Amino acid sequence: MITIEQRAEFRKHFRNNISSRLIVDKIIKIIVLGCVAIAIVPLGSILLEVVRNGVPALSIDFFTQAPGAIGSDQPGGIGPAIQGTLMLIGMSSLVGVPIGVLGGIFLSEFGNNRLGHIVRFFNDVLAEFPTIVIGLFAFIMIVLTFGNFSILAGTFALSIIMLPIITRTTEEALKLVPMTYREAGHALGIKRWIVITRILLTSAKSGLITGIMLAVARIGGETAPLIFTILGSDQFFSAFDQPMDALPLRIWRLSLLPYDTATTQGWGGALVLILIVLSLNIGVRYMFLRKRNGGGRFRITAGG
Amino acid sequence: METIKLKRGSPIIDKAFKVGVAIAAFYILAIIALIVFQLITGSSQIWAKEGISFLTGSDWNPVEGRESYGAAPYIVGTFVTAGIAMLIGVPLSIGIAMFLSELAPKFLRTPLSFVIELLAAVPSIIYGLWGIFVFRDYIKNWIEVPLNNAFGNNVWFFSGAPFGLDIFTASVVLAIMIIPTISSISREIMIAVPNSQREAAYMLGATKWETFKMAVVPYSKSGIIGAAILGLGRAVGETMAVTMLIGNATGAAAFPSSLFSPGQTMSSIIANEFPEASAGSLHLAALIGVGLILFVVASGINIVAQLLVSRVLKSHEGAVLA
Repeated sequence: MITIEQRAEFRKHFRNNISSRLIVDKIIKIIVLGCVAIAIVPLGSILLEVVRNGVPALSIDFFTQAPGAIGSDQPGGIGPAIQGTLMLIGMSSLVGVPIGVLGGIFLSEFGNNRLGHIVRFFNDVLAEFPTIVIGLFAFIMIVLTFGNFSILAGTFALSIIMLPIITRTTEEALKLVPMTYREAGHALGIKRWIVITRILLTSAKSGLITGIMLAVARIGGETAPLIFTILGSDQFFSAFDQPMDALPLRIWRLSLLPYDTATTQGWGGALVLILIVLSLNIGVRYMFLRKRNGGGRFRITAGG
Repeated sequence: METIKLKRGSPIIDKAFKVGVAIAAFYILAIIALIVFQLITGSSQIWAKEGISFLTGSDWNPVEGRESYGAAPYIVGTFVTAGIAMLIGVPLSIGIAMFLSELAPKFLRTPLSFVIELLAAVPSIIYGLWGIFVFRDYIKNWIEVPLNNAFGNNVWFFSGAPFGLDIFTASVVLAIMIIPTISSISREIMIAVPNSQREAAYMLGATKWETFKMAVVPYSKSGIIGAAILGLGRAVGETMAVTMLIGNATGAAAFPSSLFSPGQTMSSIIANEFPEASAGSLHLAALIGVGLILFVVASGINIVAQLLVSRVLKSHEGAVLA
């Protein structure tokens, strides 16, 4: 990258003014350290405030009761929201994980061609779609077609958000399995699908679980697509074609209310949500990514 | 001797498996095609009524009989907030990436980059909550009011009445949110620079900073630009935190008149007004139209970024999941 002329120039430059260059170097180092500090302060502040403001809201009722009347002395709890978030995570995983894993198998085992490159590229693009657009899409596809907001529409939207994350991590995990494993299987005359499901998927298990957990952490915090699909509700789950509540949505609603009790509950909800999301991410880190150099290929993302 | 029973599998299932796997891959493509199709048909009403003035107009009136929609203020608002977020976030991210790849002691590198990445794990709604109840007061009292007092009468972008819920606050929180994206990709790209480049610079007597400038930056430039564009894509599509912090002006008032004026972005207008739009109304079509514009902008940005980032990292160790 450095041409001979440049090198001569550098030499001339370096021979002189060593003290001023060292001062510049020091200053830059301090600035860069400051950058890191500036990034860590908000994280610390968020965690601190969520814990400080959220803990007073916690009680048994908070976890189990439905929300009380707005602004009243009995604020109730966020039970339906917790139930909704858990149901949404479970149902979206039922849809998103199998399709995502199959898609990942396609990319890794059958994807070394033009079609594979196209799918890989659009999968990456889908991973970066604004989630609000995916919410609008689910609204048009499910809510407008069937005429009501429902947990199914939310499931549809969240499964689309999961899909590219799981596809990509599955592909990466399968690619890490040595070629010799596949060859050994084929040498025994085992059909490809048995090689893939019995040998490759078991060898790549930890990578798969990593991808699924990161995807779950991601959709657990999604708010924007839920506005258009599950709408929000004060009741516990009643039917699959009825509106439902979810933690991020409940936090949003509570933050808009001008009552202190609502604000406190909002912080409580945030505490529950952040505990779920961070424990998933940190769990992934310590269970599966330890050996990896920073786990660079599995990127953490949050719900929008 | 025990014989080993080997399950070799049937050839028919093998075929079926291959088809099933291909269907899953096609599903991804089909979803993308369907999203484009549905956004276009869902908003066709508004394009038929407003035409090109939907892009250029600034009226926003959902009252029946006097309906008029123009998305220009929100398009501008999106680019202004994302732009300010980039101005703040990109230099910080490059600094962080430089620290993590060049300066930090070995034992600190992995835990520190994980802490930075945790910033990306915090859901947008929690940034919004923190922004409204905590950050807003600090930014208002420590930054906005002093700046406004000092320059408010002379410099237009410091004018207005600092309230804390405005373009500036939203942009700063956006900047915090895109830092982990940009910094972790930049870090990976800087690590991918061959050590021989650094050694050559050290050999010439360069200091750490000069080495970074001479050896690392030229080598990783296009990757860092790609990372920044990926961050831009994320900032453009970000919804909840911005919706909660930007102040939610509508119509011509949403044009950013100063840093401290309330604004509106494409994603925030959709999130804010959706509950009021009834099915089949022009209002809903207008919101879907805004969604379509947002989709086109964000996808365009992301496609450019993917091409830049994957080209740099492909030669190194496969593309990143970004």
